Amino acid sequence: MSTLSYAVRDSRTMLRRNLRHTLRYPAMTAMIVAMPVTFLLLFVYVFGGTLGAGLAGGGGRAAYVNYVTPGILLFTVAGAATGTAVSVATDVASGIVARFRTMAISRAAVLTGHVLGSVIQTMLGVATVIGIALLIGFRPAASPAGWLAAVGLLALFVFAVTWLSVALGLVAKTAESASNMPMPLMLLPFLGSGFVPTSSMPGGLRWFAEYQPFTPVIETLRGLLLGGPTGSHATLAVAWTAGIALVSYGWARRLYNRNPAAR
Amino acid sequence: MAQNLPAHDEPAIAVTGLRRSFGDKVVLDGIDLSVSRGTIFALLGPNGAGKTTMVQILSTLLGADAGRVRVAGHDVARDPDKVRAAIGVTGQYSAVDKLLTGEENLLLMADLQHLDKARARQRTAELLSRFDLADAAGTMVATYSGGMQRRLDLAMTLIGEPQIIFLDEPTTGLDPRGRRTMWQIVRDLAARGVTIFLTTQYLEEADQLADHIALLDHGRIIAEGTADELKRLIPGGHIELRFGEPAELASAALALEARSTDEQDLTLQVVSDGSVRALRELLARLDDQSIEIGALSVHTPDLDDVFLALTGSNDTDKDPAR
Repeated sequence: MSTLSYAVRDSRTMLRRNLRHTLRYPAMTAMIVAMPVTFLLLFVYVFGGTLGAGLAGGGGRAAYVNYVTPGILLFTVAGAATGTAVSVATDVASGIVARFRTMAISRAAVLTGHVLGSVIQTMLGVATVIGIALLIGFRPAASPAGWLAAVGLLALFVFAVTWLSVALGLVAKTAESASNMPMPLMLLPFLGSGFVPTSSMPGGLRWFAEYQPFTPVIETLRGLLLGGPTGSHATLAVAWTAGIALVSYGWARRLYNRNPAAR
Repeated sequence: MAQNLPAHDEPAIAVTGLRRSFGDKVVLDGIDLSVSRGTIFALLGPNGAGKTTMVQILSTLLGADAGRVRVAGHDVARDPDKVRAAIGVTGQYSAVDKLLTGEENLLLMADLQHLDKARARQRTAELLSRFDLADAAGTMVATYSGGMQRRLDLAMTLIGEPQIIFLDEPTTGLDPRGRRTMWQIVRDLAARGVTIFLTTQYLEEADQLADHIALLDHGRIIAEGTADELKRLIPGGHIELRFGEPAELASAALALEARSTDEQDLTLQVVSDGSVRALRELLARLDDQSIEIGALSVHTPDLDDVFLALTGSNDTDKDPAR
């Protein structure tokens, strides 16, 4: 077999291992879904009436479900990053990564397995959250092509954030610190256009909210799902996502190949 | 010992001038060693001596700052994958996947060694029964005892039938029974022609298992040889005798060339390797003189004695395991 087919085979083996972990440890998957669903319900039913009235054109709670769902989806992705970072850090701490590194297996396989496993897990979580949003009144107006584009962008974004969380998991010394590292990511939907329009924010915060990477992704999803314009947001969203994926991939690879610290 | 090998037989492990530091801390300071194929080699030293770093370099996990390291005939820096294909590593902490069952752990290793399905199942079943894990094969590893995890770890290492196996403190943290089981496993492997490089902080373990022992201290090899050669360097071994009467103590001291006597405790120490033959000779001499012994105890040299003898300082004090 060639090097490439070994790499594919090893990655598949590692993916199978990670999917098995997902099945064995359902609490992690439940957490991925439970947190954003709680926030969704909280924001729609507790704050939704008031926040919806403040949207351009008003519309109350019904309009707010539509507004907040794309933000909640990115909140889901950011939350899932914690699970990925923890499972990578646990692997490193348990010594099994060191074992893999002393075996003649493809160098990329261990990380690829984690990334693919987490992308699948996160996308299933995102699908569940969309389902619950639909149940409580989310009414997207997207065409099939719009849906396809939205899912494609989400998948790309999940891929990028997962590579970032793999790198964070490698950088963390323990599972505990790995669970804290991706925490700031979960704030980004709030400090962007996820829950309220950036135009309602004060100066400096507004500037940050408009230029941080989550905002163009949220705006593009909003445009695609609700049938509005996406404009320059789409290009920015793809550029940010590709950039994060590339940088994080390079970072994770370097961390994985570096010498382990002396015990 | 490399000099004793025929030229055509490259040793399993050959290290010359190996150096490695972490920042300012020199961990390995010019190591030369050679391990013949099919033998058991023990690297003996206290915690912090550099044993784990040594294993990490030999098993391609860590780069060296200087020196030449060849394992299974390949340079670890130039051909790491060829080295990896020939070795198996069992680290100090069981590197097993606790969320999988024992059987799944072995099948995972078989997949990564690119065995075909039938061979993978056969090897897995074989190793599960050989390591007494067949009953627990379908249980999640998180529920295994320490000894079981260690055995599974070693079974995982053996899936690919490596020529050279590195065992980093294979019995640290095991109970006496688990330790004996592990020793038997290591002996069986050596009998099958596998080369074994193990690290330990217990002289007894090296003594029990190894054909050749090197003593590592502060990143240098301070002594090396067979267990017997090494023990001759250590004056720590002695027999202690206790007597009922001061008169008996005095006549025994005359008869036995005692190393030291303690008139208060009525004890004396005789330098001895503690072997049965030495013991028999000693008892025969006392018998000849009709000297009655109150109690007798044999003290074999341990790692503390070795370090005391060879370095003049007892570094094992820092060892929290003791």
